[in-house]
Order: sequence, then structure tokens, then C-alpha cells
Amino acid sequence: MNATNTPMDYLPIVMMFLVAFGFVATTMFLTHKLGPKRKTKIKLESFECGIHSEGNARLPFSVKYFLVAILFVLFDVEVIFMYPWAVNFKDLGLPGIIEVFSFIILLLVGFYYLLAKKALRWED
Amino acid sequence: MTVFLIYKAILCVLIFAVSLGVAAYATWWERKFAALLQDRKGPNRAGPLGLFQPLADGGKMFMKEEIIPNVSNKFLFILGPSLFLFLSFLTGVLIPWGKDFTYDGHALALQLTDINVGLLYILGVTSIAVYGIIIGGWASNNKYSLLGAVRASSQMISYEIAMGISIIALVITAGGTLSFREILDTQDAGLANICYQPLGFLIFFICALAETNRAPFDLAECETELVGGYHTEYSAFKLGAFMFGEYINMFVSSAIMAGLYFGGYNFPFAKEFYHMIGLEDGSAWISLIGAGVYLIKTFIFISVFMWIRWTLPRFRYDQLMNLGWRVLIPLSLLNLAITVLVEIFIRGTIQL
Amino acid sequence: MLGYTITQWLFGILSFLAIMFALMVVFTRNPINSVLYLVLTFFCIAGHYLLLNAQFLAVVHIVVYAGAIMVLFLFVIMLMNLNQDTEPQKTVISKVVAAIAGGLLLFVMVGALRGSEQLQIKQYGHSDIGLVKNLGNVLFHDFLFPFEIASVLLLAAMVGAIMIGKKEIK
Repeated sequence: MNATNTPMDYLPIVMMFLVAFGFVATTMFLTHKLGPKRKTKIKLESFECGIHSEGNARLPFSVKYFLVAILFVLFDVEVIFMYPWAVNFKDLGLPGIIEVFSFIILLLVGFYYLLAKKALRWED
Repeated sequence: MTVFLIYKAILCVLIFAVSLGVAAYATWWERKFAALLQDRKGPNRAGPLGLFQPLADGGKMFMKEEIIPNVSNKFLFILGPSLFLFLSFLTGVLIPWGKDFTYDGHALALQLTDINVGLLYILGVTSIAVYGIIIGGWASNNKYSLLGAVRASSQMISYEIAMGISIIALVITAGGTLSFREILDTQDAGLANICYQPLGFLIFFICALAETNRAPFDLAECETELVGGYHTEYSAFKLGAFMFGEYINMFVSSAIMAGLYFGGYNFPFAKEFYHMIGLEDGSAWISLIGAGVYLIKTFIFISVFMWIRWTLPRFRYDQLMNLGWRVLIPLSLLNLAITVLVEIFIRGTIQL
Repeated sequence: MLGYTITQWLFGILSFLAIMFALMVVFTRNPINSVLYLVLTFFCIAGHYLLLNAQFLAVVHIVVYAGAIMVLFLFVIMLMNLNQDTEPQKTVISKVVAAIAGGLLLFVMVGALRGSEQLQIKQYGHSDIGLVKNLGNVLFHDFLFPFEIASVLLLAAMVGAIMIGKKEIK
């Protein structure tokens, strides 16, 4: 087990980064050069099931998606906070469990509010 | 040090090539499997059993005309699929394919790297994988692509929370480590984690389906509503990059599940078996057999992914979001609570 | 290499990239590109954390900032009507006001940093203080109160977001 936990552990990730980057860059470039190019005006229009496209796709969409994104940020932070506890589960013992569950209960209060306000109702 | 670096470089290229090969042949297997389920033959023209079909498909994807719509944002249009494919390779680095072996006095691991925060790294790369889809879908400047991209990204972020919580429960079971390798080693001595975390595994599995945008969660490319979803405008290798990325993601997430919950390269009575056929610790054969076992488990998971795809109908979007937020998150918190209780009262990790 | 260690070289390169990307965030006209440059900046900063062996922070920085907050930013920018790829020219007054505000911020930051010269910088080197285990111990013993307060803060944010969001849905 070479669990030395130094920044050196990340060197292979950098390697894979370079290999994958090289592969993606080369193939993207090559396929750009390889294929035939017969461009017509209609072909380069954006696709709309065969009819002429109306306007473009820079459209506003439902605010629910933003709500999902905001709630995700908040929940994500809460989940991340629990990781150090999970790693130290044994050392922290019962006090740790009580601490984290009081944390989770506050999260559940928010979650209950979210359900009660029907913030994530997609049916209507 | 030099040996270490050269070895890692070779392993890196090897894992890269294997991911590519598995992804290519997963497309073949997907079609064969679908054919099996639907009582057809599937691809059978190119080579024996249609085995050269992926090569032909790959060649075709390279040679096709690439269309970049006039109204699109050119740079981002190319960046989207590139990023998606690129990130799919980065998740695979952490998977330990086998035990360490000794070569010329050096202990070498059949794993690219084992970082201290491995599981969080996986969560991190998954959370960034959203970018490829959002950027690609938005840059196409097509209404279907935009809807597909927005759907895909909010689906992926919604399921990430439940996934994160189920991983926390797993970390507690595994004795407080985020390192992939150590989690596998705890399963070497005892039972596989699936025995302690059946509910956690179910949640993780559902989330993995949703994160890889596989059926029944493939609303992002739901052809009955959105033509092709976020890759409607893509053609040639850029479409191929999205597909390849999806299959590599499927391969890696299958490997992650097989490792975290099913013991990876460990199998029952492994020690006795190795002893019986006379292999010593540190032999390269043990690593190879382990890697074979791991690949078989991964393959089974890939097949289950496909089985589900050809069996279950697609969710409706409200059902999908309800499942993610109202069912899986409370369920994963419940699983966490159960795990803690089991640790205290049954396994006795903590003395009251 | 020129009397610097590898770590120092990496630090230099990462800092250069971080500053360059940060400048690009400000200078690009397309807001989507700005967001993407900001993501790159975050990656460079995560690299800095790694050099300090603060692995947990590095990964969390990517998960939370690049993976969550920036996705939200992208959503918001995609909602805005972006038919013109460039933002409209600002008036002279708003430019002057922006320059003054930015200058004041710089002034405050320089002032704040000047005080830190007296602080003793401890050389931790490759210590393990940034690893999850040690971090968790510190978080759940010494910083327990802020930790619990953080959950209240998150709860408040959640309620606020729902309040604002629901108004639009109706």
C-alpha cells in the first residue's frame, strides 16, 4: 500500500489528463479535416423537423430548473459537510453522531418546507 | 522512481486503450443483447457474429461530413462533445483492477493512482461532466438541444445528492476511508459491502443510471419528444464523442459499482484458491486473475444496464424529478440512519 | 531548474494561469465564455490546494464551485436573452462608478493584506493537516459551533430560494 498521501498521487491523473486531451484534440482535428464538405444554406440551418426554423433557441425556460440548481448547491454543501464526519465516524463516536444528526434535522426542516411549499411539483 | 514513472505511463495508456475498446465493443454488445431480448439476430454481417461492426461504425463516424449550424456558437459547439469525452476518461483513473504485484523488486499496483479523497474525486468529475452536455446543447442554438441540455443537467445534479449521501453510508460501513483501494481491501477479509448496504447499493445504482443518462432516465435524448435531445445538431465524430463518452461512463460506473459494493477483484475463497493452485503473494498472476474477475463483474453490470434499457419504458419528467427529490433523498438519509444504527448496535463500532 | 524546486515551478505556472484566466473572465464579452474561464480559474486554485496537500479542500472546491455553483451560473446566463453575443456598451458614468468601486475594493484588500505581514507563516511543508481525517477532527471538535451555525445559514438560504422561486411559479 503506497498510501503516502502526497500531491505526487495526482501525477498519474495529470498523465491521463494529457493522454485523453491529446486523443480528443487529435481526433477532433482529424475528423474536421477528413469528412466531405458540401455546405448548403438549408443544411446549416438549425434543425426543426423539416420546417424552416423560427427564431432561435435563446429562449427563457421555466424557473423551476433554477430552483433545482439553487437547491442542489445548498444540498451539495450539506452533503460535503458530512464527509469529514463519515471518515472520522469511529473516532468521533456518539457526540459526532448527535452533532451530525442535529445538522441533518435542520436540513430536513428545510426539506419539509420545500415539500410543503410544493416547490418541486412538476405536475402543474 | 523512473521505473515507477514508466510503469504508470504504460498503465495509463493501457487503461485508456481498454476504456476505448470496451466502449466500442459495448455498442456491439448492446445491439446483440437487444437482439437477444427481441428475438432477432442483431449485427451479423461484418465479420463473425458482426464482431467488426464497431470498427466499421467508428470508421464511418470519422469519415462523415461534419455539420456546424450557422446559428451555433462555433467554439462552444466543438468544446461540448470534446469536454464530455475527455471527462469520461478521467473517472477511470482511480479503479484498482487488481492486487499489487512485484516486478524486479518493485511493488507495482494495477491501479493508476490511489488518492486519499478518491470517492469525492469521482463525485467531482461526475459533477463536472454536466458541462459537456450543457455547453453542447446550448451552443447548438436549437430548441430541442436546449431543452435536452436543460433536462439532462437538472436530472444529473438532482441525482448527485442522493448518490453523495449513499456514498457517505458506504464510507461509514467501510470504516472511514475515501480511498477506493482501501474500500476494496476491507472487502477482501470480510463480506462484500452489498451485504451491509443493500439499500445504499440500490440508491447508488439508480443514481448511476441517471448520471450516465441511460434508460429509463434518458429523457435528455428522448426521441419521441426532443428528436435527439442535446445532440440533435451533432454529426460525424462529434456525435460519436457523445456516444463514446456515454459508453465509457457506463463502463466506469459499472466498474465503480462492482468495486464499491461487490468486492472488485476479490471473490469468495480467493486466498484458498490462490493457495491451492500454488501462487504466492505478489505474483503477477494473482493480479491478472483479480483483474479478470473484476472485468467479469463489470461486464455483468454493463449487461444489467442494457437489460434495463431494453425492458423498462422511459420515465416522464415529473416522475423523474419526483423520484430524485422526494423519494431518493429521504431514502438515502434513511439508509444513513440505518447504517449508523447497525454500526452501533450490531457491529459495535462505537461503544455507547 | 534555475534554483527553484518543482513545487515552486508548479506554483508559478498555476498562479500565472489563474491570474490570466481571471483576467479573461473580466475581458471576454460573451458571458458564457466568462463563466467557463471562471471554471478554469477554479481549477487552477484547486491545483494550489493540491500543492499545499489540502486534498479534501481541492476536491471540494471542484465539487462545490465548479460542479454546483457554476452550473447555476450557466443556467442563469442561459436564461438571459443572449441574442447579441456581446453585452451592450456601458455609459461613461457607469464605467467611472465601476472603476471607483473596484479601486476601493482593491484598496481594502491591499489594506487587509498589509496586516498579515506580521503574522508568522508556519512552514508546514507536506504536512497532513489538509487531509480529510485531520480536517474532520478539527471541524467536529474546535469548529463545532460554526459547523452547526452553517446548517442554519443553509436553511435560511433554502427558504429564501423557495420564497423567491415560488412567486414566479404561480
